Amino acid sequence: MRIHWTAIYVLWRREMIRYVRAKSRIVGSLAMPVFFLAFLGLGFRRMPVPGMGGGAGYIGFLAPGIIGMTLLFSSSMQGMSVLWDKEFGFLKEIMVAPVSRISLVLGRVAGGTTTSMIQGLLIFGASLLMGFRFRGPLALLFGLVFMLLISFTFIGLGLIFASRMKDMQGFGIVMNFIIFPFFFLSGALTPLENFPWVIRALSYADPLTYGVDGLRAVLIGTSSLPVVVDLAAMIGSSLVMLFLGAWFFEKSEGA
Amino acid sequence: MDAIRVEGLVKTFDGFTAVDHISFAVAEGELFGLLGPNGAGKTTTINMLATLLRPTAGRAAVAGFDVARDRDAVRNSIGIVFQEPALDGRLTGRENLEFHTMMYGIGKAERRRRIDEVLALVELTDKAATPVDKYSGGMKRRLEIARGLTHRPKVLFLDEPTLGLDAQTRRHIWEYVRKLNKDAGVTIILTTHYMEEADFLCDRVAIMDHGAFAALDTPPRLKDLLGGDVVSLELDGDPAAFLDELGRLEWIKRSKFHEDVLSLTMERGERRIPELVMLASEKGLAVECVNLRKPSLEDVFLHFTGRTIREQEAGPSERNRGMMMGHGRRGR
Repeated sequence: MRIHWTAIYVLWRREMIRYVRAKSRIVGSLAMPVFFLAFLGLGFRRMPVPGMGGGAGYIGFLAPGIIGMTLLFSSSMQGMSVLWDKEFGFLKEIMVAPVSRISLVLGRVAGGTTTSMIQGLLIFGASLLMGFRFRGPLALLFGLVFMLLISFTFIGLGLIFASRMKDMQGFGIVMNFIIFPFFFLSGALTPLENFPWVIRALSYADPLTYGVDGLRAVLIGTSSLPVVVDLAAMIGSSLVMLFLGAWFFEKSEGA
Repeated sequence: MDAIRVEGLVKTFDGFTAVDHISFAVAEGELFGLLGPNGAGKTTTINMLATLLRPTAGRAAVAGFDVARDRDAVRNSIGIVFQEPALDGRLTGRENLEFHTMMYGIGKAERRRRIDEVLALVELTDKAATPVDKYSGGMKRRLEIARGLTHRPKVLFLDEPTLGLDAQTRRHIWEYVRKLNKDAGVTIILTTHYMEEADFLCDRVAIMDHGAFAALDTPPRLKDLLGGDVVSLELDGDPAAFLDELGRLEWIKRSKFHEDVLSLTMERGERRIPELVMLASEKGLAVECVNLRKPSLEDVFLHFTGRTIREQEAGPSERNRGMMMGHGRRGR
């Protein structure tokens, strides 16, 4: 199948224009992670986190989790934007274009990744203001790799749901019953070691668990799993989710 | 080569048959209309031809390419203006056109030239930098038609192009569509449920009802099928002698007398009225009221589908006669 680079670029550019013009949406989507950081980070400031060495404190544990959460939400929102286009008819304009379906998926992924990386970096900046300290420039570089992989994984997931659903009505249910569990199971707020074994088993089926753990490993140097395992899991989940997302998108009808 | 060739096309949704074995061909440069009420299957047909829906059965080719197997080639040859707006409201008019032309792989200089050209054509040049959310319904429609043209399609689909527009804008779009078809030679398929729109614009019209074609021909010939104009005379007195006399006249194709109203079908009814009135008074009848109706595509539609008649006429026998006559006094 041919890749149409101009189409990918123009889809990406549209996403950027929309992102820049929707200032209230940016502020709105950043509010929740900032509140989590502020209230949980300050509230549990003096609490030791079991299983975490290095004296990074709760903010050190929390910040990678909240960055992961921000990426989770803004990436799956890319699915919402497909449904939004469906609702407002613009999807048809995209679907009749003489462009391979894989290019449409890649354009979506490019746009969604860029916006969620911007959101993730803004939260990263906010956590620095709250006293989060990371290990240095190289750590940030590896951190970006994990952030990318988290974005890919959940953009893929968003595309799967968007292709299977007819309108935006169902998306709230998906948020509550799928996206939120992904978040809570990932150990973004609390160490996995405290969960009962049933929940822990579910946590290990959640890609975000490895994403957040990997971010902790590279940014603050402590993690519950070896960083290689985290990286391998994230690469695997990105590939699987993107493939499934593209496959469902290709199969869906445009009208 | 035909611009469009359709053979036994079918689309079903969960057991409901939206399009039921339709076959037709549209010649290059033709302006072809699909006329029918809401839910007749017009939009589904268009969506299959535009590769947005996959046919359940049958075959269709657009510009020589199969809509199921050669989807990209079909997409490259067509433009489509959807029934509901398909614009990005957050982008400006120009940005919407840029998005479109880039998706169709048109180079930068050419892109700019064509966008300026179509914006001028639909008189939106001074609104090009305004976000589309701030456009009126008519402006959005014009922008969409402009967009459908930027990539110079061989075949242009217009799905209810004037739905919900005011009379002036509708007229404007009609003229524009016509010009496009005649001057630029674009093959145009339009769907509509406005009879006068199909009548004014289309070379040929297919009347669609319940997913199938009830008739397909040029608007004048479809109207001829009804046998001409209907002249109704409201009479006072005993009409027996008059009716007898009329029975001998060859140019009266059909007649019906019901509750003092005599309805006659004939060609060029306006020239026959004086003669009829004179004849009636010769036979001692007072003509209280004369009514002449030219057949419209609406009558044709009713003739072939019986749909509105079914809703409005009282009894079944009345209904049948009404259908035969193209009945002149239907409340609209």
